[in-house]
Amino acid sequence: MGLYFKYLSIHFRSQLQYRASFLLLSAGQFFIPFAVFGGLYFMFERFGGLPGWNFYEAALCFAVIHMSFSLSECFARGFDAFSSLVAGGDFDRLLVRPRSTVVQVLGSKFEFTRVGRLLQSLIVLVWALMNLPQVWTLPKMSLLLLMVVNGVLIFTGIFMLAATFCFWTIQAIEVANIFTDGGREMAQYPLNIYEKWVTRFFTFIIPFGCVSYLPLMYLLDKKEGSPLLWLTPMAGALFVLPCLLVWSFGVRHYRSTGS
Amino acid sequence: MNAYVSIWRLRFINGMQYRAAAAAGIATQLFFGFIFIMIFAAFYRFSDSAAPMSLHEVVTYVWLQQIFLSFIMLWFRDNEIFALITGGGIAYELCRPAELYPFWYSKLLAQRVSSAVLRCFPILAVVFVLPEPYRMGIPPSFGALLLFIASLLLGLLVIVAISMLIYISVFWTMSPTGSLLMVSVAGEFLAGAVVPVPLMPEWMQRITYALPFRWTTDFPFRVYSGHIPQHEALWGILIQLLWLAALIVIGRLLMKRALRNVVVQGG
Repeated sequence: MGLYFKYLSIHFRSQLQYRASFLLLSAGQFFIPFAVFGGLYFMFERFGGLPGWNFYEAALCFAVIHMSFSLSECFARGFDAFSSLVAGGDFDRLLVRPRSTVVQVLGSKFEFTRVGRLLQSLIVLVWALMNLPQVWTLPKMSLLLLMVVNGVLIFTGIFMLAATFCFWTIQAIEVANIFTDGGREMAQYPLNIYEKWVTRFFTFIIPFGCVSYLPLMYLLDKKEGSPLLWLTPMAGALFVLPCLLVWSFGVRHYRSTGS
Repeated sequence: MNAYVSIWRLRFINGMQYRAAAAAGIATQLFFGFIFIMIFAAFYRFSDSAAPMSLHEVVTYVWLQQIFLSFIMLWFRDNEIFALITGGGIAYELCRPAELYPFWYSKLLAQRVSSAVLRCFPILAVVFVLPEPYRMGIPPSFGALLLFIASLLLGLLVIVAISMLIYISVFWTMSPTGSLLMVSVAGEFLAGAVVPVPLMPEWMQRITYALPFRWTTDFPFRVYSGHIPQHEALWGILIQLLWLAALIVIGRLLMKRALRNVVVQGG
């Protein structure tokens, strides 16, 4: 763990060396989701609401998912960009070091410019919360934190799975975008608006629903909500475990590209 | 002229090699299409009185967007030209006995067309046989189809002209990221890539009408579904031509100025 923070501080300082470019990129990252959030806002302005959800409730859902996504893009970027490590043969160097590969890959890259994106979703979160007074209790706020943390774990798990495939394909596989970008686009709206097969897949296989839709039912005092839903965000932590197993399986089957 | 046609052909064949990437792209685009349609359908279930566009037209709009995604994106697999400018490779480009603007233009055009050709047929085969409400509609008349094809091709020329401006700006900024990223995101939004233009609020629509972005894809897609009637479509095509001419003239002027004080980096 100490090693991880060492990596973190090294990367942070090195990225700050290019201050202007860092600030510009962060600003860019700040504005990109505006277009997406603008889409959400305009749709609500045009139609007035979604079945069972008003604008602020949907905005809360949006904020939770986008915060998770930006945090995992910042801290798990190493897995996202893993194909370059494999294709270049640099993964061999990681293997000979006496530390876990997961920590080293995580530490190989950080994208601190995602702080812009994080800031934007934080603003949306605060705005939504200001208009949802029923969430203002300590247990509910801690549940919200739990949702974001587990959301990060889910995205990280998907990045890891996609990275594991690189052991065989060498290239990054684009299909993984369905689950990262697609998962983000999908989970930013409450899950009950989708067809059953989508809802089921994203609740039981990739548990996005467990970190956004289900706990939100309780947070927002919907009639289906119950305090039992407190447990659902933990599905994110559960999801990472098999991903770690698959990863270690992949590492054992790794054959270097040479060079 | 021949040189530009052959660079176009070379790039087109080159682009056709990325078949695995295209297959992955098709799966992704079908998935996104489904998700977007479900979101729109949910909004329409809540209230469909206020909508200036029927759900059926929106579904067609979404599928066309997914099929012709490479005609919408301002940002398109193109780091090569950036590298030429920032890395100094531009020196070789200037030695060629061809003008740079049409040379790059045909290169960029070919990239987009090859990507669209690879992806459109499999997606088309699927979306026409999907169960309702996901099935894509057909144009109301043969005339509308012809107008759609004409306006789509013109839209393609317009978007390449816009993206040329982005490349040319790199001569000054030297860094293709950051601010340019913002331009492309805003441009795609104004082209109706996130929310179809007719569903935007009144004031936003007025902004999009004043800018060239919506003529690239929003306009042809609505001609297809018949949301824009045919006589209006003819006027629209005229406006597309005007935008195209203006963008190309501006692009060439700016490029000439940029090349006059170009500094070749590195060696």
